[in-house]
Amino acid sequence: MAILVFVESAEGKIKATSIEAVAYAYQLGDAVTAIALGDVEKSELEGLGKYGAKKVLHAADAKLNQPVIQAYTNVLIKAMEDEAADILVLANSSLGTPVAAKVAVKTGASLASNVVSLPDKSAGFAVKKSIYTGKAFAWVELTNPKKVIAIRKNAVDIKEVSGNAAVTPYTVQLSDSDFAVKTLSTEKATGEILLPEANIVVSGGRGMKGPEHWSILEDLAKALNAATGCSKPVSDMGWRPHHEHVGQTGVKVAPQLYIAVGISGAIQHLAGVNSSKCIVVINKDPEAPFFKAADYGIVGDAFEIIPKLTEAIKAVK
Amino acid sequence: MKILVCITHVPDTTSKINFKDNNTKFDPTGVQFIIGPYDDYALARAIEIKEATPGTTVTVLNVGLADTEPTIRKALAIGADDAIRVNADPADSFFVATQIAEHAKTANYDLILMGRESIDYNSGVVHSIVGEMLGIPSVSPVMKLDIEGTKAKLAREIEGGKESLEVNLPFVAGCQEPIAEWKIPNMRGIMSARTKPLKVVEAKAVDSGYKIQKFELPPPKGAVKMIPADNVAQLVTLLKTEAKVL
Ligand SMILES: Cc1cc2nc3c(=O)[nH]c(=O)nc-3n(C[C@H](O)[C@H](O)[C@H](O)COP(=O)(O)OP(=O)(O)OC[C@H]3O[C@@H](n4cnc5c(N)ncnc54)[C@H](O)[C@@H]3O)c2cc1C
Ligand SMILES: Nc1ncnc2c1ncn2[C@@H]1O[C@H](COP(=O)(O)O)[C@@H](O)[C@H]1O
Repeated sequence: MAILVFVESAEGKIKATSIEAVAYAYQLGDAVTAIALGDVEKSELEGLGKYGAKKVLHAADAKLNQPVIQAYTNVLIKAMEDEAADILVLANSSLGTPVAAKVAVKTGASLASNVVSLPDKSAGFAVKKSIYTGKAFAWVELTNPKKVIAIRKNAVDIKEVSGNAAVTPYTVQLSDSDFAVKTLSTEKATGEILLPEANIVVSGGRGMKGPEHWSILEDLAKALNAATGCSKPVSDMGWRPHHEHVGQTGVKVAPQLYIAVGISGAIQHLAGVNSSKCIVVINKDPEAPFFKAADYGIVGDAFEIIPKLTEAIKAVK
Repeated sequence: MKILVCITHVPDTTSKINFKDNNTKFDPTGVQFIIGPYDDYALARAIEIKEATPGTTVTVLNVGLADTEPTIRKALAIGADDAIRVNADPADSFFVATQIAEHAKTANYDLILMGRESIDYNSGVVHSIVGEMLGIPSVSPVMKLDIEGTKAKLAREIEGGKESLEVNLPFVAGCQEPIAEWKIPNMRGIMSARTKPLKVVEAKAVDSGYKIQKFELPPPKGAVKMIPADNVAQLVTLLKTEAKVL
């Protein structure tokens, strides 16, 4: 069973979610080839060996430095063919998910996105998918010989193996129609830990009272090496950028640790965080519904507790 | 201009989810159904474009059984001109996309708007599949959409930021906020929706290689451990030694 993994990169580095995709593919079956597009550091590509990739194809064409969905799709279709891969694994993301869908159409593959665990092969080939915004799961059998699987964060535990991957340049033929959607500009936070990839998330709600108070959450996030998130009203009021808004209509996160500060815990917010491994809630109202979904809770004033928590974290680091 | 908006009929965001028949079927008991929140953004933007561009028509399409008709009527009350229901249980994304593409390939829409994802299956793929099937571009999640003649300028959300894009019509977009404000139907809209055309068509058979075997609910959450506000150090210790997340 030959498996191809599409790895995404940013600023020359492989994304954490794509490393997980390689680990997933390795645990699924061992002949794993990864493919990276655009500008990526060689050591990063070789390092994929540590997660189970034997070989890495690198399509370094400068036209691919921008993640253009249609161009990436066509490169992946060709690579699946060249590698005789019957499975494509990638991370669910703003790039990975559309690419997965398009590759599946063109290759006649069965498609599953939002996959949360390794397949069960005891009866056919079934994957577990998150549905109803984290409120339930579905076991889905993928019956076509080819399969495309887009995994959500924390779908597998990453196990390290030994060895470097062999990196091979991969030449591609690109056509104008691959660039029918023109990228005019990209605005992107740099140097920050991105919310969908973070292992720890510190989120603030309306209880933070105003954007000027976010610095205490940012200090906590920094001490924890965490990303910052927020509730919907907070981004609606423009206190924080839209891409930080977590929940039903925002980003769905699945970190190891989610710390919610001054968020009441409306069901639409919970929908975006209920796959977190551990939830800590800090709220001055003991009746706040979020406590029912939490593992640990503190009742009290965020403005007093957060600075103390930041100090306590620094003390143990 | 001709716009198609594809809408889902899904449980209200506050619904508790339950299954029946040995976890093989969704249990609709006590559940209120709505237009998918992202689809509602798509519809709102379509109506705004219609209001700003004389001669524009907005058609809504849903792949669903007869019970979705009140939801379709709501979209008509919000301002769509006519509706199509493809009569089938929307079993999977590939099946749904095939039905949408089958209708759209002869109808010559300038714009096909959808939600970024359905809130039942959360696949986020139907727009991409339809685009690929029709051989036209698809973009998602779109947070801003402006038509300029035969072109459109879009903003697409990406992890940690956004992209500004330009694309020629026709194309497919999966929409999200803040593309438009949700619209609430008024009395006149509700009255006129009753007589607007709603055509029912039969579905095309498709083998999509995708079969739901069973559903599962997450394990119940254990009780929360409360920590006194004056002892944050205890929280840090528990996160390290008990939860093992630090
Ligand atoms: C269709 C739909 C989709 C939605 N999608 C989302 C979504 O994706 N994400 C989302 O977040 N919401 C979403 N919402 C909104 C959601 O219903 C809630 O309104 C929202 O989550 C509330 O945000 P909040 O908790 O920040 O504010 P509030 O509900 O106002 O809660 C503020 C909390 O802060 C606490 N507090 C106040 N002062 C302090 C202090 N000094 N110290 C500690 N605590 C304090 C209060 O006790 C309170 O619990 C959606 C709603 C709908 C209808
Ligand atoms: N049964 C359906 N009928 C009409 N449109 C649908 C249906 N299912 C999904 N869609 C559209 O496709 C979008 C993405 O859905 P999904 O890929 O299921 O997340 C939705 O927001 C809708 O606009």
